This record gives sequence, C-alpha cells and structure tokens, in this order.
Amino acid sequence: MGLGLGVMRTIEFLLLIIAILSAPVLSDLILSKVERRIDLTSQIARIASTIKAENDGSSSVSEILLSIPEVQAKNLAYLTAKLVEGKGKAKTSGVALAVEPANPKGMPPALSFYTMILPKPLANGDSVTLDVLAAFTHSLRPFPEKITQADIQLVVFQDTAHYLSPYPVKVQSLTLKLPDARIESYTKLENTKGLGSEIKYGPYENLPPFSYSPVAIHFEANQAFAVARELVREIEISHWGNVQVTEHYDIVHGGAMSKGEFSRLDYQSKPQIRGASAFKHLVAKLPPRAHSIYYRDAIGNISTSHVRGDSKKTEILIEPRYPLFGGWKTAFTIGYGLPLQDFVFESEGKRFLNFSFGSPMHDLVTDSITLKVVLPEGSKYLSVSTPFVVQQEEEIKMSHLDIFGRPVVVLKKANVVPEHNQFFQVYYQFNALAMLMEPFMLITGIFFLFVTCIIYVHVDLSISKSSASYLAKLQWDDVRATVQQIQNTVNQCLSTHEKLEASLRDLSRTGDVQACKAARKATDGLLKELSKELKPLISFLQSSPPAAHILPKVEELVAKERELQERLMAKHSTIVDSYEKKLGGRETENRVASVQQKIVALRQDIEDLMEYIDEI
Amino acid sequence: MPPQTMSAKTDATIGVNGTAKSTSNQAPPPMALPANLKSDLLNKLSLKSFKLKTKQQELLLRVSILFLVYVLAFITRLFSVLRYESMIHEFDPYFNYRTTLFLTEKGFYEFWNWFDYESWYPLGRIVGGTLYPGLMVTAALIYWGLRFLRFAVHIREVCVLTAPFFASNTTLVAYFFGKEIWDSSAGLVAAALIAICPGYISRSVAGSYDNEGVAIFALLLTFYLFVKAVNTGSLTWSLASAFGYFYMVSAWGGYVFIINLIPLYVLVLLITGRYSVRLYIAYNCMYVLGMLLAMQIRFVGFQHVQSGEHMAAMGVFFLMQVFYFLDWVKYLLSDKRLFETFLRITVTTTVGLAAVALGVGTASGYISPWTGRFYSLLDPTYAKDHIPIIASVSEHQPTAWSSFMFDFHILLFLFPAGLYFCFKRLTDATIFIVMYGLTSMYFAGVMVRLILVATPAVCLISAIAVSATVKNLAQLLRTKSKVTQGGSSKAASGSKASSKALLDQSQPFQRNGAIALLLGVFYLLSKYATHCTWVTSEAYSSPSIVLAARGAHGNKVIFDDYREAYFWLQQNTPTDAKVMSWWDYGYQITAMANRTVIVDNNTWNNTHIATVGRAMSSYEDEAYEIMRELDVGYVLVVFGGVTGYSSDDINKFLWMVRIGGGVFPVIKEPDYLVNGEYRVDKGAAPKMLNCLMYKLCYYRFGELMTEYGKPPGFDRARGVEIGNKDIKLEHLEEAFTTSNWIVRIYKVKPPNNRW
Repeated sequence: MGLGLGVMRTIEFLLLIIAILSAPVLSDLILSKVERRIDLTSQIARIASTIKAENDGSSSVSEILLSIPEVQAKNLAYLTAKLVEGKGKAKTSGVALAVEPANPKGMPPALSFYTMILPKPLANGDSVTLDVLAAFTHSLRPFPEKITQADIQLVVFQDTAHYLSPYPVKVQSLTLKLPDARIESYTKLENTKGLGSEIKYGPYENLPPFSYSPVAIHFEANQAFAVARELVREIEISHWGNVQVTEHYDIVHGGAMSKGEFSRLDYQSKPQIRGASAFKHLVAKLPPRAHSIYYRDAIGNISTSHVRGDSKKTEILIEPRYPLFGGWKTAFTIGYGLPLQDFVFESEGKRFLNFSFGSPMHDLVTDSITLKVVLPEGSKYLSVSTPFVVQQEEEIKMSHLDIFGRPVVVLKKANVVPEHNQFFQVYYQFNALAMLMEPFMLITGIFFLFVTCIIYVHVDLSISKSSASYLAKLQWDDVRATVQQIQNTVNQCLSTHEKLEASLRDLSRTGDVQACKAARKATDGLLKELSKELKPLISFLQSSPPAAHILPKVEELVAKERELQERLMAKHSTIVDSYEKKLGGRETENRVASVQQKIVALRQDIEDLMEYIDEI
Repeated sequence: MPPQTMSAKTDATIGVNGTAKSTSNQAPPPMALPANLKSDLLNKLSLKSFKLKTKQQELLLRVSILFLVYVLAFITRLFSVLRYESMIHEFDPYFNYRTTLFLTEKGFYEFWNWFDYESWYPLGRIVGGTLYPGLMVTAALIYWGLRFLRFAVHIREVCVLTAPFFASNTTLVAYFFGKEIWDSSAGLVAAALIAICPGYISRSVAGSYDNEGVAIFALLLTFYLFVKAVNTGSLTWSLASAFGYFYMVSAWGGYVFIINLIPLYVLVLLITGRYSVRLYIAYNCMYVLGMLLAMQIRFVGFQHVQSGEHMAAMGVFFLMQVFYFLDWVKYLLSDKRLFETFLRITVTTTVGLAAVALGVGTASGYISPWTGRFYSLLDPTYAKDHIPIIASVSEHQPTAWSSFMFDFHILLFLFPAGLYFCFKRLTDATIFIVMYGLTSMYFAGVMVRLILVATPAVCLISAIAVSATVKNLAQLLRTKSKVTQGGSSKAASGSKASSKALLDQSQPFQRNGAIALLLGVFYLLSKYATHCTWVTSEAYSSPSIVLAARGAHGNKVIFDDYREAYFWLQQNTPTDAKVMSWWDYGYQITAMANRTVIVDNNTWNNTHIATVGRAMSSYEDEAYEIMRELDVGYVLVVFGGVTGYSSDDINKFLWMVRIGGGVFPVIKEPDYLVNGEYRVDKGAAPKMLNCLMYKLCYYRFGELMTEYGKPPGFDRARGVEIGNKDIKLEHLEEAFTTSNWIVRIYKVKPPNNRW
C-alpha cells in the first residue's frame, strides 16, 4: 500500500499544477504568515487557517481571494472567515467577513475562488489577520475501498503542503491532526515531522503564488462515518404551547464498503476487533425540556434508545436496529416536542421562530437537508432569515382539522455539517383568536350531529304516506298517546285519593271535622272532573281497532279506580261519622277494617294494571 | 287519643299481612311506628312521582349500559397497544395491511386489478382476484372518511383499530339479536358477554388486522337480519340480510358457514312443520339477492352456483318452491286423494331431476367437488392424511378441552342451561340460535380457530340462561317484598304471581335461596370478567412479531429480532432480491422488508411450497440447484436455539419434509428420523445433520456458549447439544444474523467461475 493510489487523481493534480504554473500573479498583497491546522479526527475534514495579509502595493485592497482546488471545492460544506483583533494572547476573533464565490479573470480553471470582503480597505503597509475555517465532507477516501468485518478501516486524505494561494506567501506551516491510531503512511517532504497522531509540514518560506506540493496521508479511521443521505426536519408550531419536531433520517455508513460474511458470533464476542469499522449508535443533542421523544422507523418503534437530560440539554442515544458496517443503510424517524416559549417570540407585532438549522446528531454529515416549518393555520406575511444561503420554497400542509391548510416554509440545502447548526428565523403574523377555530369547529360538528339526531327523531321519513302499515302505525301512536293520558288521569285520581287520606290523618291529629269535610268536598269535585276527562279517552279507545287488545285492561283499570274511589269515600264518611259520634278508636277501626282491606287490595291491583299497560 | 288510634291501626295492618311472614313480624316498639309510617309514605310518594318515568328510566339504563359495553369492548382490546405499540400483529394481518396501503395509495381499480409480482416468484399472484376485499375496503373507507373530516390519521392506526371498532359494533348486533330471540335484557347480557369473551378477543385485539375482525360482525349481523326477516316476513329485513351476507362474503371465506347453516335451518323448519310465508319470503329474497351479490366478489364468482359447498342452499331454494307450489295445489284441489297422487308424482320427478342434475353436473365438472378444507371440517382426520399443508397450521388442530375452558370459561356451563331455556320456549328464532350454537360448537371442536365462529352463539345462548335465571330470581325477590308491603293482596293477585305463590308455599326459605343464587350468579359473572381480562392481557395481546420475556431481575426483555432482520433486508439488499424462507414468513417479508418472496401464507400452490420444503431438506448442493432455478438471492431461517424460542424452523422442519415429500418422493420422512424420533443432537440422522435447514440454523452455533455450565452449541429451544458443530457452507454465506440469533439471513453466492 502507500501512495500508488488513484491514478486518475494523480493525473488531475498534475493537470492542476500545469494550470497553476501558467497563471498570472495577482495584486500586491502578500501573505506574511499562513498557519494551517487540518483536523481529521472525524469524518469531516476541518481546515482552520490563520492568515496574516499585508498590503505591499500602492492602492488599497478591500478584498482578499481564497483559492481551493475544484476537486476539493465540490466537497466544501462550510467556509467562514473572521477578522482577528488584538495581539498575542489577547487575540479575539471578531467580525465575521462576508465570503462570496468569485470568478476573477485570468485565473487557472481548476481552482475555485472565494473573496473575503474586508470591512475597511487595507491601506499600503497595513496588515490584517484572518481566521478562515473550511469544512469538507467526503474528502477522506477509504482505501482499500472494500474491507471485511475483521479489517480496520483505512482512509486517505490528500492536500497540498504549500498553501495554495494567488498571493506570494512568506512563512507558512501545516499541521495535520489525525485520530489516535495507526498511520499507514504519509508523504514525506523536507521539514516533515510526525509526532504521534500529528504530522507537521513546514515551515516553508518565501513561496511564489500558486505553489503546490501534493501530500497524501493514509491512516486508520474507525470513527462513525455516518452520512445522512437525506434528512427531512419538520418543525410544527402550535400556539397551544408546543413546537413539534420530526426528523426523518436516511443514514448510510459512508466508509469502506463491507464485503464477505457478517458474522454475528464474531461481532458479539469481539465487537472492538471484529467490527471496528462499524458504528452502533448515534448521539443527538436536543434542546432542554424536550419531551415526548420517540424513535421509530417505517415498520414500528425501535426500543433501543436512551435519553439523558439536564437543564442545558437533552441527550438521546440512538441505536439503529443493527450495527452499520460500510455501505449499510438504515432509516428512522425521531420526534420530540419542545415548549413553545423557548423558541417562538414576539416582536413588533410579529412572531418569529428561532430554531437551529442542522441536525442535532453528533458528527453527522448531511448530504441534503429539507427543513419544513409548519406554521399554524391562518399565519400570514411569512419571511425567513438564515445565516447562510439556502433554497427557499413555500407549500401548504393539510393536518388535523384544517380547512385551508397550514402554510409551510421549506428550506433546502445540500452538504450540511454540524457547523451549520446556527439559528435561523421565520417571521410571521398570527392572530391568537385563530387558535380557537379548531375547538369551535369540533363543537359545531358535534352540535350539528345532535341537531341531526333530533331532526331525524322528529321528522316522518316514511316514503308512502298511504300504506296500510304506515296508517296502522299512526293509529297505534294515537292509541299510545291516549293510553298515556288515561294513565296520567288515573295517577291524578290516585294523588287526589292521597289528599283524602291526608285529610283523614289531619282529622285524627287535630280533630277538626269541618276541615275534613271541606277537603272531602274539594276532592269530590276534582274526581268528578277527572272522570269526565276519562270518558272521551275511553270512548276513543273503544272506537279504535288497534287498541282492542289493551282495551279490556284499560277498562278494568278505570273500573277498579272507580271502585277504589267509592270505597275511599265510604271509608271517609265512616270515619268522619264515627268522629262526629265520638266513637272510640278501636270501634272505628273495626268499622273501617273491611273497607281498608279492600282498598289496599284495589291499590295493588291498580298498580299491577298500570305496570302491565306500561309494558305494552 | 289520636296517636293511639294510629298505632292500633298499624297494628291491625301488620296483623293482616304478618301471617305470611314470620321474620319481618318482630313487632317494632310502638313509639317508633308513626315515624316509620311517615317515611314509608314519603317513599311511596316519591316512588309515585318517579313512576311516570319508569319507561324513560329503563331506556336510559339500557342505553347507558349498551354504551358502556360498547366502550368496554373497545378498550379491553387495547392491551397490546399499551404493552407494546400500535402495530400490526402476526402473519396474515401484514398482508392485509400491505393491500390496504396499496388500496389507499392507488385507488380501488388498481387494487382490483393488482398483479403482485413480489410474491410467489416467479409465478406472481393475482391479488385482486384471490382475496376477500371486505376488510381492506372497510379500513380504507374509514380512513377516507376520517380524512374527509380532516382528521389526519395514519392508515396504520386505522388498520390497528379496525378490529376493536368492529368488536364494539358486534356487541350492538348481539344486543339486538338477543332482543330478537329472547328479550332486551337477554340482549344486554349477550352484549356484555360477547364484549369480553376471550374466544372473540383472540381474533380482534388492536393490531390483529385480519378478516375475522370484521367477519364476525358481518356473520352475526347477517344472522340477526335473517332471523328478523323470518320473524317479520318483511322484504326489507330480508333485503338487509342479503346485504349483510354480501358484506360477509366480501370479508371472509367463512361465509360458507352461513350459506349452509341457513338452508339447514330452513330445512329443519320445514320438517318440523313450521313452514310459513314469512320464511318463504325471507329465504328466497336472501338467497337470490345474496347469491347475486356474492358473485360480484371476484374470489367467489361462479363458485357460488357451481361448487359443492353451495349446493345445499340451492337445493333448499328449489325445495322451497316445490313446497310452495304443493301448498298452492293443495289449496286448489279439494280432493285429498287426488292431491296425494299429485304429491307423489311431483316429489318423485323433483328428486329425480335434482339427482340427475347433480350427477350430470358433477360428472361434467360443472359442479366442482368439495374442497379439502371443507372435507377436513366434516372429517377431522382428513387433512392429516391428505393435506399436510392444512394440518401443519397450528390453528387448524382439533381443539383441546383446555382451550374451550380458556376461551369460554363459565359460558361453557351456561351454554347447556341456555339451550334448556331455548327448548322450553321454542320459536323460529330460538330454533335458529340452537342450531347455530350446536353446529358451530361442532366446528369449534374440529378446528381451534373456529371457536371464533361459535363464540357469538355461545354468548347469546348463555345470555339467555343468565338473563332468564336472574329475571326469575329477581322477580321472586320483588314479589316477596311487595307481599310484605302490600299485605293480603297476594291472594288476590292474578295468575301472574300464581306460580311464584306456589313456589312460595313449597319452599319456606325461598327468599334467602334466591338471594344466595343471585349472589352466586354475580360471583360467577365477576369471575368471568376477571378471567377474560386476564386472558386478554396475558395470552392474546402479544403481537408475535415482538417477543417479550422476563429477564433475570423480573424486568421486561424485548426481542425485536424479526423487525431487525426485515429492516436489514429492506435497507441492505438489492430491491429486486428474491428471498426464500418457509411460507410462514412470506407475508411479513413482503410487507416489512419489501422484497420478493418465493412462497407466502396464501398457500395456494402446494407444489411451489413443496419445492421450498425440498430445498430446505436437501443437501446444500442439491438445494443450491433448486435455489438457482428459483433465482433466490437470500435465504431466511428462524432459529430459536439461543433464546429458547420454540416456534422456530427446526421445530417446523418435519412439516417441510412432509410437504416436500408429498410432491417430491425423493424426500422421505424416515431419513430425518432415528427410530421414529426427531432429534438434532449427536444421535440425529445423518441426512438431518447435513440438510440445508440444519446447516443454516446451526452455522457457527457450535462455537457459541448459550448457557452457563453447558457445552458450547447447546440448543436452548430443544435442550440438547447439537450434533454437527463443524458446519461449512459452500454456496451460501452468512449475510446477517439478528442480535438474538432468531433470524438468520444467508446470501446465495453466484456460481464459481469454471476456470
């Protein structure tokens, strides 16, 4: 093994060098000092450069060019530059500079250029120090490309030992930080030092513009090469107090492809050796107070996850259904709720969501992210502010109890790294009263359901109004109503009887015969009226044929009632009479006893009859 | 003095009714009497004022009980969702879920014309023409309905909750059915019993998205509507029952039970002389319309008029016409002798014609003979000898007594009691329920899974027993209390109470007895309720995709290996890969892994299954040839040796051998047995130790320590050390094994280069 890799790649570089050598020299800027540190401890190559630039010419310079070989530029995910202020230990990185792709004339075609616009032009002799951070994805190429379960994963990283710049560089150095493991080989130039997991190139002095000296580092990298081929994050705002986040991941192990058998036995017994290149879990750092966290995929819940939370963050450890070896894929969804007041704020009559852009997963490369912010129904005047350029669309989502649908802001971006986890804002206007619309709709729905039921019960829906069965039904309804009336009347009679009895009791208590007689008179009148009421009802029943089978019972009921009435009257007169005659209690008792017995029996009969009629 | 008079009066009344009862006659202190009396009177008054509303009260009670039962039936089936998650269970439901998904995504016409090339490779399956679409269409309609009402539900949730929802609806039907055959209280009891009966719950828990879930509802509805039609003789009800039948046909193959039971019932009514015009209307309308509707289901089609199973219904239909015709002729001919001659001629010609038609039809193949499944119902030993594929399914085994007890509990004892009540009050409706009960009990005895069909009948008949008993006892108590209140009226009360009065005289401790009996009934019913809940939560709520066990510290351990494997297949194999496995896992693989399978649970092609069985039971070289022919990319086996999971492929292996051997005589069962014994240890048959299934299950298992204190390669499912620890695979390689080794997937290597 070693440096005899990718012939194509080498040719590319050769072409590049040829192109570079023929390039013209640009402006009068001189880079007096360039320090580069490349961090290769994760799958993302992060290049941090400190550049000190001096204006050596006559005119002032307001922008500085950065050049990156096109081979690398297509993997460039993130690029920022900051002005460094102060000296020595008090150095602070201050203002971020605007970095824009540029296309200066007369430059070699194999290079991509970016310009950094300085806040104030650099005058003659002045110098400025810049911190430039660039993150590249997919730039660690596995070599060999296919490994077995037992093999370790080796990757190659290629770059140039000399800082590739359109300006001359006075002093420069390069430090590569590798993971703490085996280094297979690396290009040795002059001034190359390997110190444990660090490799140092330089310092090199006084190099012309576009100096180029390719280096390749071949080393072991067993960290997780988790790549989300696609990530869809949906952030749904409910003004009832919740921000619901749903993230759909489509993950692949982006390292060396696995070949041959997968032996569970080997993996189980020695996971560190026979599965070194695989990763078992992912860690996501969610905002604090995340609740209702779930983790599932298309075929159901996945039970292997752990949540730890404190006041600063919620950490969730996710284990996919199986360990991922090179080239293996998996897909899953995580979801969680967040308190509304932590992310949605109000200012100047507008509400805005303040949320982080990228995935909360630790060290995850996202090839393509789609971020959907679902605003509540009725939100208007949407606008978005993002810290970097994204593709932006709008759509409508239909969800629970929506009539017009909810407005959705869709943001899309390719090649996203954890550095993109910056806050973005979505501004919108929303009337708090619109929150009540959905409950109101539910209430109306249920209300109309009941109204329909009421209408259904009361409306006659039969098709043929003249059919025999319909007429019979109508008649039967009449009969039932009449029977009901009769029962009511009988009940009234019975309660009148009660009054009579009550008057008797009063008599025994107070001895007021006159009052008792008056009560008797009143009830007499009442009962007469009631029996008058009964007459037409009974005659109606007699005339109506469907009533034939209950008629005898009803008649019996009425007859019994009348008999009861008579007996009661008799009893009443007897008692009153005996009172007037001042007879003893025992004697009165004897006189009434037989009548009383009869009354009780009659009452029972009437009760039974009422029950019987009820059951019909 | 007035108080004295009062007390004297009361004394007298007590004296009158006190003769009947000695217990309540312990004279209370005279001073307390007036107060007592007053409260009594007040009670009476308040009772009077309530009296008007008795009917409404009863209605309110009935409706609220029904509502509670409705809710109970639903929530008792949610154990599985709470214990596990909202997911589809078992095997067949996965197919139903997949087709429902297809239906909701692509629409009905696509669904109806669906040719599924992902199963039965390379044959494929005409899904639209080989399934009962009722369940899927129902779920899709519910889904679309909810979507229309703006409830953004997922189709999976709808599918998971379809069975509990229909179980709730079944309780309503049971109520109306009970009301129709006995009275409304029996209906209420029936609804309550069926709501929690384990026999029904076993097939209708949340997630058990299977045909039976809606079919039991449809079955009971059809029966109810038919009985209603027979009772009323109304065309409307018989039309409704025809539609009920149509729904049943669209939902489940068990409709054959309806189309045979109803003619049988009609025949019994005819024989017992209960023929009526009501019956004529009900049956004819139901049969003719039901038949036409049923023929619209593609899977049934012309079978409904051509196959042997449906001939009984047609025969009874013609018999009805003859009967009606004869009735008419009898009415026209006043001469009795003339009629008898006519009768003889007509009957002879009809029987002759029918016999000739049947004979010609059968001989020419126009009428297809009975299917194997039908035979195996009539003769329980038939499947064992002739169709191993039916016999191999555990739910097709004859039912053990214990499972009757498990599924019916006290209903098993109440059933005969209910039959007694039914026989005591024979009507058209009770005859029907008796026949339904007896026939379905027979079928339940033949096949475990047909307990399901018997459950509604058992519940209804038991409900009659419970309701009639409780009603009698309660009436006894109520008349008793009335007697103590109402005094001498007992003698005067009419014929209604006479029987009780008779009992009254014969049994002095009757009231206590009634109370004791009532308490006993309630004790039994509460036992039933606790048993049902226990069974539901412990036995019937497991999804069987996810296995749960108790860990060493009593904690719950979840084995999610099936989904692990299926998801691995879905994500990490080529989309057109063909997976070979035993047919049990076919539906799950197509639904969850989204890969083409060779055979699945729709066991329509015995030869194809036998081919897979043959591959599994051959040596690797021969199996490789078969797999190459079938274009197999991956082989999946289920292995429980590590976890002690007993329903794995090694335990099913003999059925593979039998089914394979049934078509390919090369495979002989004795080759895999030693002295008729099935073993996997050192004493196993050499063919067994080297067949593909053994190798795939035990590959590298010999190096694994499964249990402390046991040698490596100790199979925990069978409790032995395996016989072949040095397994080398030549044409296959291990592609994936799940974390508990339950599912193992092997990749079939391409053939070696010849040079």
